[in-house]
This record gives sequence, C-alpha cells and structure tokens, in this order.
Amino acid sequence: MTRDQTPSNAVELGAFLAGLPGVDEVGARGRAAALGTRSIKNDAKAWALDTAIGMVDLTTLEGMDTPGKVRAMCAKALRPDPTDPTTPSVAAVCVYGDLVDVARGAVGDAIHVAAVATAFPSGRASRQVKLMDTREAVAAGADEIDMVIDRGAFLAGDTWRVFEEIVAIKEACGSAHLKVILETGELRTLDNVRRASWLAMLAGADFIKTSTGKVTPAATPPVTLVMLEAVRDFERVTGRRIGVKAAGGIRTAKEAISYLVLVKETVGDAWLTPDLFRFGASTLLNDLLLQRQRMATGHYSGPDYVTID
Amino acid sequence: MTHDRIGVRKTHKLFIGGAFPRSESGRTYEVATATGDFWSNASKASRKDARNAVIAARTGFGKWSAATAYNRGQVLYRIAEVMEDRRAQFIDEVMAGEGVDEAAARQQVDAAIDRWVWYAGWTDKIAQALGTANPVAGPYFNFSIPEPSGVVACVAPQASSLLGLVSVIAPVIASGNSVVAMASTERPIPAITLAEVMATSDVPAGVVNLLTGDPAEILPWLASHADVNAVDLTGVTDRDLAISAEREAAGTIKRVLRPAPEADWNADPGMDRLRTFVEIKTVWHPMGL
Repeated sequence: MTRDQTPSNAVELGAFLAGLPGVDEVGARGRAAALGTRSIKNDAKAWALDTAIGMVDLTTLEGMDTPGKVRAMCAKALRPDPTDPTTPSVAAVCVYGDLVDVARGAVGDAIHVAAVATAFPSGRASRQVKLMDTREAVAAGADEIDMVIDRGAFLAGDTWRVFEEIVAIKEACGSAHLKVILETGELRTLDNVRRASWLAMLAGADFIKTSTGKVTPAATPPVTLVMLEAVRDFERVTGRRIGVKAAGGIRTAKEAISYLVLVKETVGDAWLTPDLFRFGASTLLNDLLLQRQRMATGHYSGPDYVTID
Repeated sequence: MTHDRIGVRKTHKLFIGGAFPRSESGRTYEVATATGDFWSNASKASRKDARNAVIAARTGFGKWSAATAYNRGQVLYRIAEVMEDRRAQFIDEVMAGEGVDEAAARQQVDAAIDRWVWYAGWTDKIAQALGTANPVAGPYFNFSIPEPSGVVACVAPQASSLLGLVSVIAPVIASGNSVVAMASTERPIPAITLAEVMATSDVPAGVVNLLTGDPAEILPWLASHADVNAVDLTGVTDRDLAISAEREAAGTIKRVLRPAPEADWNADPGMDRLRTFVEIKTVWHPMGL
C-alpha cells in the first residue's frame, strides 16, 4: 500500500508502519527547543493570547466532578473573563460521557461539547463497552469524541486491532468529530508517536491528541512537533487536514504561545484555527486571562482576578 | 617560585523562591565600596524578575501564613543563629559598604541579629496585642484577630544596608506575610549575604525574596501589581517616585507605608510596622447556652 491508501489487512498496515522513517530524536528536541525561544511581543502577543483562548478545550475529568462544577466551568467557557466582554469564548468543554447532557444544556449550541469515551483514561475495556460508551455520549449531545487507543495492543505489535477499533468508534461517532488520544507518555519513543499518528489518521481520526492528562509526561513540544509533522505529511499525500490537540501539562500562556509557534513553523497558518489545533487544559485558561489582563490594564494581574477552578 | 593568587571575582545573584537566579535580563551593575573602589558585580533586576518574585512570594505565603505563630518564631530565631555564624562576614561588608569603623559595624550587625530575636519573640504575641474581645449588644462572642496582609513589597533603606533591611523585612514576615524586598541600590552586598542566610535557615522558599537594582525601574511594577497586597516605601529617596507609587498602589487598594526617610534604626522599633501589615478580622460567634 502507499501512504494515501487505507490498509486492508494487518500485514499491510504492519508493513506500512514499520516502513515509516525513524524520528531523529535529538533533532526533534533541538528543533522544538529552538522554536520555544522565540519572543512574541505586543500586537503579536495579544493576537496569540486570544487565538490560544479560542483553542482551549476547557476540561474537567475528575472522579469528583459534579453537575454544578460542570455548569460553572461551562459558564467560564462561554465568558472566560466577565470583566472584559472582548475576551473570546473557548473552543469546547471536555467532560466525561455521563456529564455531556449537563454541559450541552449549559452551553447550548454556542461552543462544542467534547466527551472522553472508550473507557478513558486506560482504554481497558471490551470493544462492546467502548462502542456503547461512545454512542451514549453522542446521543447525549457530544459533537466531539475523545477516544483513547489501546496502548497495550499497540505496544504488543497488534496495530491492526488498534486500527479496527478506531474505525469502529469513528462509525459509532456518526457526525461527531473523533479525536484519537495516543497517550504519548506511554508510547515511550518518538518513532512510536509517528507510527501511532499515521495509524490514527489512516483509520479516520479527525484530530490526533497527545495525552489523557492522567499520565506524565503529557504533551511536550517534541512530541507535538512529531505529530504536527505527521499531520503535514498526511495532508501532502491525501489532501486531508487532520487536527492536533496538545493536552495535559501546558499551564502557562508562554508555553501555549510557544506551541503556536511550533504549529506555524511546522504546518503553517492554515492550522492556526480551533478547527485544527486545540489545547486540552484547565489551569492554562487562567494564565491566558491573566496575561490578557496584563496587556489590557498595563499592570500585572493576580489570581484574585480570575475564578478558582 | 610564588604566584599571586588570582582573585575570585563575584557576580552576585538575586534571591527568588529560595533559589539564586541571575536577572532574567542578564544585566549587572558595579558595586563600589564606600571609598569608591570596585567591589563586585550585582544583578540588576528587571520588572520580570519582580514579577517572578511576586509569584514566588504568593506561593511562599500559603505555607508561611498557615504555619503556627510559635513555629514562625522558631524560624526567625534560627535566622538570628545563622547570622551569628556569619557575624565576621557581615561586619566586613558593613564596614566596606558604609565606610564605618569596625566598632560601628559590629554594633550594627549585633543590632540586626538582636532584631531577629526581638521579632521572633513577637510572632506569638501579635494576636494578643492587636486582637480584641469586643463587647456587643447581643448573645455573641465578638472578637477581632490580626491576619497577615499577603505579599508585601518593600524598598529597603538606602543608607543602613543591613540593620535597615532587617528592620524592614523582619516585622513583615513575623506576622506571616511574605516579602519582595529591594536592597539598597549602592550597598546591596549585606542583603545578598542575608539571602544566603535565609536559604539555610528553615525559611520556606518564597517567603523572603531579595532583588538588587534600581527601585525607580521596578517599584512602579510592584506598586501596580494586582497580586501585591502592601508596599513599604521606606527606602524610596525620590519624592516623586514615592508619590507615583502611592497613586499606583491605590489602583488595587494596597496598604502603603511611607515613613519619614532614614529613621534611626537603632531606636526601639515599636509596633508600628507589625501593625501596618496585618488585616483585622472580626468574628461574630453565637453564644451557646
């Protein structure tokens, strides 16, 4: 098979993934670090902050989530800074499947509602359970599904099983967008990140996402760089644009802006939109707001001026 | 054959969050002795260093304000102990920086160490001295208790480089605040040594942060910073700078202390500084049967 064809069996897929060129790990780290040093100031910074806010998937994925907490988060997602109506809304809220109806009720059609499904975060459940999990979330109003891949199968070499599962979940999603979480912290090598990225894209993912946020390390610049390169290469051969979501561990506006630099320099301006790049985060939004207030007022702001999540 | 030993040239760093970073800006400035000879280089803090120091101070405030008053007293006493071990170094630095003779320098260092002991004694007595049980017309216990204000930005005295600095920061942290202090611009060396004392004397990281550089550059950012709760303008010699800092501080409703410049630091400090950097909380508690 060639890069623009869908694999039809395990042998074809295995051979294709094994044939992907390896990642120069030192080079990837160096490139990501070099781009991370770029200084973004003034107008460009103001643009970057608003763009980053508009790319946030505001997330709460805790066992202690309550309907009240989800509603409070949704209110913040719609109007992140009530003192400044020029602040854009975030891209989406991201919750567990059983809280989708609460979130949808709170945000209406104003922003997307993403649900984590497929036995998040471990992915350790039967295919039937994962499909049911997905269908229920879609039925409850989720228009984006964040699924986790079966890392055990991937690491054991059973990539076909992972492929088939993504195809099945994609079908269960219907019109909802599918984000495939690679959980790069568990894939160990950047070679595996590249293989998993291609696998997910070939299987029909609309987005590839770094992490669940439950495993350390979560999103890192080198991993995101490798995924962006995979997305760029995939677009060149198929013409399809796949989104990337960096999730977990991004806490400061400065880091977020350096990710935007990474996006611009790897895949170009076309990806600098919430349709193709997202941040999965909870605390990041507060720092973006503080920096935004800093630019608006001319003095440093403080945590007393944003909500406690 | 003998060689002249090559001198160990120093470029002193800042003290932020328990660590000793260079200025984010990479800048330094030359520090001279009282006789005008080159002494060493010091970091010239930028507004971003001040910003980082405020973040560190906010982090340090959580642990320090939650510590028991008794524990804070022990830590302050420990500072005095560690300073005592470095007494000779402090005396040399005060002599070189302020141009005083050894007896005068020794007196200042001793007074600075004794000041820590004095405030160490105060930590668990502030509540009794400033708190009250209030008589009210109703079936309530009503009492008022002092709580630390939060993050306090101080400009330390310019002339009294050690005793003045200690007299400014000790009362701030005694009641549970954390501090971002700007050392004397031209005489910063004792402050840097004091930072090394802080780093080795059980003071939690971020409770004391020391910056060296030019207050005219940094003070406006600290005075307007929304996460700073109070400013102490003791060491501001420029009247216009002090006035603009007061104006900036009003924007986020900070406590401001602006005493007469260059007080006599050997005098009994009294309670004024302790009283300035606390907030009084009054509690109405229903009386049981």
